[in-house]
Amino acid sequence: MEFKSLKLSKKTTFIIWVFIIAFIIAAPSILPVFRLNLLGRYLSLAIVALGVDLIWGFTGLLSLGQGIFFALGGYCAAMYLQITSSSEFPNNIPEFFGLYGVDNLPFFWEPFRSPIFSLFAIWVIPALVAGILGFLVFRNRIKGVYFSILTQAALLVFFNFFNGQQKLINGTNGLKTDVTQLFGQMVGSESIQRMFFWFTALLVIAAWFFSKWVVKGRFGNILIGIRDDEPRVRFTGYNPVLFKTIIFSIAGGLAGISGALYTVQSGIVSPQFMTVPFSIEMVIWVAVGGRGTLLGAILGAVFINYAKSLVSEALPASWMFIQGGLFILVVTALPEGVLGWVQGEGPRNLLQRLGLKRKIETYPSLEIKNETEVLKNE
Amino acid sequence: MNKNTNSLLSLENITVSFEGFLALNDLNLNLKNGELRAVIGPNGAGKTTFLDVITGKVKPTKGEVFFKGKSLIGRKEHKIARLGVGRKFQSPRVFENLTVKENLEISVSTPKSPLNLINKKIKNDQLEEIEHLINVINLSKKINSKAGALSHGQKQWLEIAMLLGQKPDLMLVDEPVAGLTDEETDLTADLLKSLSGENTVVVIDHDMEFIRKLDSNVSVLNQGTLLCEGTMDTIQNDKRVIDVYLGRPEEQI
Repeated sequence: MEFKSLKLSKKTTFIIWVFIIAFIIAAPSILPVFRLNLLGRYLSLAIVALGVDLIWGFTGLLSLGQGIFFALGGYCAAMYLQITSSSEFPNNIPEFFGLYGVDNLPFFWEPFRSPIFSLFAIWVIPALVAGILGFLVFRNRIKGVYFSILTQAALLVFFNFFNGQQKLINGTNGLKTDVTQLFGQMVGSESIQRMFFWFTALLVIAAWFFSKWVVKGRFGNILIGIRDDEPRVRFTGYNPVLFKTIIFSIAGGLAGISGALYTVQSGIVSPQFMTVPFSIEMVIWVAVGGRGTLLGAILGAVFINYAKSLVSEALPASWMFIQGGLFILVVTALPEGVLGWVQGEGPRNLLQRLGLKRKIETYPSLEIKNETEVLKNE
Repeated sequence: MNKNTNSLLSLENITVSFEGFLALNDLNLNLKNGELRAVIGPNGAGKTTFLDVITGKVKPTKGEVFFKGKSLIGRKEHKIARLGVGRKFQSPRVFENLTVKENLEISVSTPKSPLNLINKKIKNDQLEEIEHLINVINLSKKINSKAGALSHGQKQWLEIAMLLGQKPDLMLVDEPVAGLTDEETDLTADLLKSLSGENTVVVIDHDMEFIRKLDSNVSVLNQGTLLCEGTMDTIQNDKRVIDVYLGRPEEQI
């Protein structure tokens, strides 16, 4: 067995794709409605995870505030659905406004009557907010742990603001989408949900190819350069502020799309999307799946969440311990994540330790090893 | 503005104070176009701070730096680099997770805007430039291996090639032969000598044998100021230099 290169041949890749597409098309007929809905929701989370991988895995920016952009996308989608489904309610505005005695629609709701505006808003607004926030932070050369703390602080600011605005966006209760109408049907209905599942699967694949395109060439190499040695990038004539702002903005846009898809499939958006643990979980999915691998982010998001719901059904309250243990295991034993381990020397080392495979020590490998050891000692 | 049109770089009364400690103290230095200049000095003389000031990493407390007649003070690092100032660091700083070729791509690519990099392929003449550089540093067999897997000497050379790829008018080279074998040191000296004339090169080093091979003017820094300037023979016989630097044979490198 040769694990050294996990490059798949064209034929194998083709067969895998045929299986994936066949599964996506057939999933609604195979899976029970409840499971299909869960899978759709977890697939939408894979998109925000791709963004986390772009900024953290490739560029070294550990953001603990991706929930902001995720929630913004969700709110944009929910506002469109609520405003276009409010013709039967008093004043032709969403029902919840009546609870707080609001008769006039707040001005920022107006543009969400337009489906085209809303479709753009879902990713443009989060991307813009991320871009502005990122530019201010990166321009002042705030990085490392200070950047992480700052993003978490921003998350709390947004959380508290959204929580308190009953008269604008129903505050802590959030906006429900499952009882709204889309194409003349209930959004929560089986047929619309099935459509959303396919749409989500399609967008995950699109987001994956998009992310691969972003990191493929020289642009991606600069991102890696920024992660490994930012001053060196500056002295070569590149402005890291621009690159970081762009990639943070892209991650924000992906988070927005992800949040919108998650919202319409879970039936509600609320400030709960902006809690601290949820944004940290996004980082855990990527860490477990494999930083800087993109595919690892998708697999991490889907499998960890699926495991979470299966474990929670069987053993309620035990999931937090398992998730924590998983994170510790990855940090200590698999720093590259599961996919990083599989793609690297991991499987061969394991087989060697088990005595199933002869050790190969070629001269170049000795040279590399010594050098990394020297570097560590420095 | 700088009156001497022949001068590429001039530092005027540069003072850098780190919380009261004067890393550079009223330093004056002029470089002519095409000159090769060695800068030596004991530890803590301010050699690296001198490079930091030129490249924009450190803002001087006082003084002016002119490059091609333009003031560099207050410009960002990447802007200074684009004006034509290239820098090689003390310990080799290559991008270890990128291949040799990708490292060179980063250095030769222009324009350096994100949009250009994301949607355009690298130009053909830039690819040729990379091929040329790889042959110069003799790494054609390692073109697709990770820079992190190179030996120390190969990394030093890769970084010099990256510096060349930027096509800078002024090259600042900090200890290029640290950790190199004698043979590699000779090759490096030849390379740097061959660059001068067309390029202006500043070499900072401790290795006296190496500096002698460069056969260039030498500036001696001590405690943040310029102690003296001249050929290697002149400075080796200068009493002040002997006192602060060369005169203690047991410490001579």
